[in-house]
Amino acid sequence: MLDASENTKKMTIIVTKGTLDWAYPPFILGTTAAAMDLDVTMFFTFYGLQLLKKDLDLKVSTLGNPAMEMPMGGMHMSMPNIVSMVPGVDRMATTMMKNLIKKKGVASIEDLREAAVESDVKIIGCQMTLDLFELDRKDLIEEMEIGGAATWMEEAAKSDINLYI
Amino acid sequence: MADQTLDAKGLNCPLPILKTKKMLKGMTSGQVLEVLATDPGSIADMTAFCNQTGNELLSQSNEGDVYTFEIKVA
Repeated sequence: MLDASENTKKMTIIVTKGTLDWAYPPFILGTTAAAMDLDVTMFFTFYGLQLLKKDLDLKVSTLGNPAMEMPMGGMHMSMPNIVSMVPGVDRMATTMMKNLIKKKGVASIEDLREAAVESDVKIIGCQMTLDLFELDRKDLIEEMEIGGAATWMEEAAKSDINLYI
Repeated sequence: MADQTLDAKGLNCPLPILKTKKMLKGMTSGQVLEVLATDPGSIADMTAFCNQTGNELLSQSNEGDVYTFEIKVA
């Protein structure tokens, strides 16, 4: 935010998950907050760092998602945990979700991330996660700044809203 | 009469809001933006967006599935 004043509301989001479905809440809230003139910081840690890869190839998993249902021909197909054992099921669920996203006019994660960058959302990548998973800085978007827990804490202490997703 | 029109039909949350913000940025104070949307969530969202950003929601109406909002730039 170029015209950041004392009265500007601030929000931080800690982004910890890296699947296609879990990528939506942080990017939707981050971009919307920025559109509503909040000063936004997103801190990407652990699997959340996957969302900052230059080439995104995000997937959904039925595992640990026992409430997942996919609309199908007017009905809903449930996706119990056990089906994730079947080869190809996660790939199928990912394809289904990507098709739904297009059909329903939902933004792609690529688009939302670009919107976040354009609206000056501060994007911080966790240094410890980079080390831990041996991620290459060059594979992640250039707009990412490097930081750690204290970097987030400084922003969080000044913020009106702090979310952990 | 609106100065500019944004066609956000077929787009889902949060795209109508993000595109509205982008259009408003390029407009000057006092101008009016007309937004067309089909997302039923935009009724509540446009109101909240305007309340928070200080832009004035002059009117909202709908014809069939299309919602029309008129926003005056703060």
